[in-house]
Amino acid sequence: MDNNKSAWERIQLVHAKGRPTINDYLPLIFNDFYEMHGDRLFGDDKAILGGIARLGSTPVTIIAQVKGRDINENKICNFAMPHPEGYRKALRLARQAEKFHRPVICFIDTPGASCGMPDEERGQGEAIAKNIAEFMTIRTPIISVILGEAGSGGALALGVCDELAMLENAQYSVLSPRGFASILWKDATREQEASEIMMITAEDMVRLGVAETVIEEPLGGAHNDLDKISENIKEYLSHKIQEKCKKDIDVLLKERYTKFRKIGDFIE
Amino acid sequence: MFEDFFNVVKKRFNGDEEEKSKEKETFKCPRCQTNVLLGRYEELHRVCPNCNYHGRLSAKERISITVDKESFREFDSGLVSGNPLNFPDYSEKQAELREKTGLNDSVITGTATIKGSPVVIGVMDSHYIMGSMGSVAGEKITRAFEYATENSLPVVMFTASGGARMQEGIISLMQMAKTSGAVKLHSESGGLYITVMTDPTTGGVTASFASLGDIIIAEPKVLIGFAGRRVIESTIKQKLPADFQLAEFQQEKGFVDMIVERRKMRSTLSHLLKLHGYYPAEREV
Repeated sequence: MDNNKSAWERIQLVHAKGRPTINDYLPLIFNDFYEMHGDRLFGDDKAILGGIARLGSTPVTIIAQVKGRDINENKICNFAMPHPEGYRKALRLARQAEKFHRPVICFIDTPGASCGMPDEERGQGEAIAKNIAEFMTIRTPIISVILGEAGSGGALALGVCDELAMLENAQYSVLSPRGFASILWKDATREQEASEIMMITAEDMVRLGVAETVIEEPLGGAHNDLDKISENIKEYLSHKIQEKCKKDIDVLLKERYTKFRKIGDFIE
Repeated sequence: MFEDFFNVVKKRFNGDEEEKSKEKETFKCPRCQTNVLLGRYEELHRVCPNCNYHGRLSAKERISITVDKESFREFDSGLVSGNPLNFPDYSEKQAELREKTGLNDSVITGTATIKGSPVVIGVMDSHYIMGSMGSVAGEKITRAFEYATENSLPVVMFTASGGARMQEGIISLMQMAKTSGAVKLHSESGGLYITVMTDPTTGGVTASFASLGDIIIAEPKVLIGFAGRRVIESTIKQKLPADFQLAEFQQEKGFVDMIVERRKMRSTLSHLLKLHGYYPAEREV
C-alpha cells in the first residue's frame, strides 16, 4: 500500500475522471444481479442502486450509492446524492434481506445526502435517522465498503454495519473539507489545509475505530487496474461474509452496537 | 399624567431607581419588532406577549419550567470533551464556555419527575457551540437512553442544535449512530420516547435521535430541518419561502405530531406520560 499520499492527494484521486463506480464493479464482483426499484412510498431514486445477486454461491442484497461516470449519468443519479426515497428504498431492501436471511453489502460513494427543497419536504432528516437506527438491529450481517468519498449523514445512512472497509484512497468525513473550512474559518479556499487536519483517510478511520479494514488499491489508484481492485474487494467480501454468517445473530448485533458505542473522545 | 407624577414622587422617596429601571427595560421581539417589557417577556418564559414568538431558553431554564421542583438529578455533569482532531483552540474555547455558561457541553441529562411521573430528561442548549453534538453530547444522550432502558423509564428529549460538532470531525458523525442505536434499543424494550423540537433543530441531530421519537412535539414556529437554509438556497439558486422548515411546515409534511405552546408543554408532557402508563410513584401502590 502507498502510505505516503496526503489526504489532499487522495481526494484528487477519488475525484479524478475514470475512478471506478459501482456500475464498473458490480459485474466483476457479483453474478446474477437483479435490480429492485422503489421505496413503495414515493418513487425510485437513481442515486441508490439496490438488488439481489450472488457473491460466489451466496445470495446477497446489494445497496449502493451510484456515481455517474459522465455528466449525463450524473444528472440521472443526482451526483450520488440520494433523496429520502433512496434511503427508504435501502431500508426496504435491508428488511427484505433480513426476512430471507441474506447478508447485506452496502457500497458507500457520496458527497452527502441531497439538500434541495423536495428533500426537506419529504423528510431527509427522518429518512437518514430511521436508517441509522434500524440498521443497528437488522438481524442479518451487514458489511459496508466505502468506494470513494463518504460524506456526512448521507453516507452514515448506509454505514451502520458489522464491519466497515474502505478502499485505500477513500475518505470518510463529517462534511467536505471545503464546507469545514468555510464554516470554521469562514474561508472555503483553505480546503486543502482542512483536509489535512480533519482525519479523513482510511488509515485514520482504522486508527479511530470507525473502519476495520483497508482494501489495497492498485499502484496509482483503483482506475489503473479495475480487474485487480474488483478482485481485492471480492476476496475481502467473500471472506468477511462467511465469517459474519457463522456468528450467532445476537452476538453479532451486540458487537455491532458496541462498535459504535465505544467511539468518542471525552474525559470522565 | 397624575400617575406619572405620582411615580416620580414615589421614586424619589423610595430611592429604588435601579429596580424601577429594570422593570422598564424592554425587549425587542425579533419577529414582530414590538418593544415589550422585559419583565413580562421573562414572566412568560421568553414568549412574546404580542406575537407568541418563542425565544430560546437555556437548558437550565427549560428544566426548571418543565420538571417538578427539586426533582432533577443530573447525570454525568463532569464529562468534558477531548480534542480528537487537535483542532486549534478547541479545548481553550470550551474551557471558556464552561466557565461562561456553567454547562459542561451542549446537553444536560438526568432523571426527574413531571407532575409526579418519573422520566429521563435531556435538554440541549443552543448557547453552547450552537448546541452541536460531539463526543460528550453523544455519550450523555446514549447513557441517558441506556439508563432509561435498564430502569423502564420514558425519555423526554428537548432538542436544539446546529448539528454535528465540526471540530470533532468524524467522531461527531459517529455520535449519530451511537445515540440512534441507544434510542432503538430503548424503543425495542417498549419504552416511550417523546422528542420536543425547539429552536433550532437541524443537521445531524435532526438526522438522528431527534427524528426518532414515538411522539414528536415542536414549539410554534421553530426551525426544523436537515440542511441549512443557506445551503439549500445556494443549491437551488433561489430564495426559500419564509415559512420553509418551520414547525408548522414540518407538521404539514407529516414529520411533527403536535405543536405545543410553551405554557402548555408541562401539562401536555404529563398527560402523554400518564396515557402511556407512567404514573406518579404513589399511584402504583
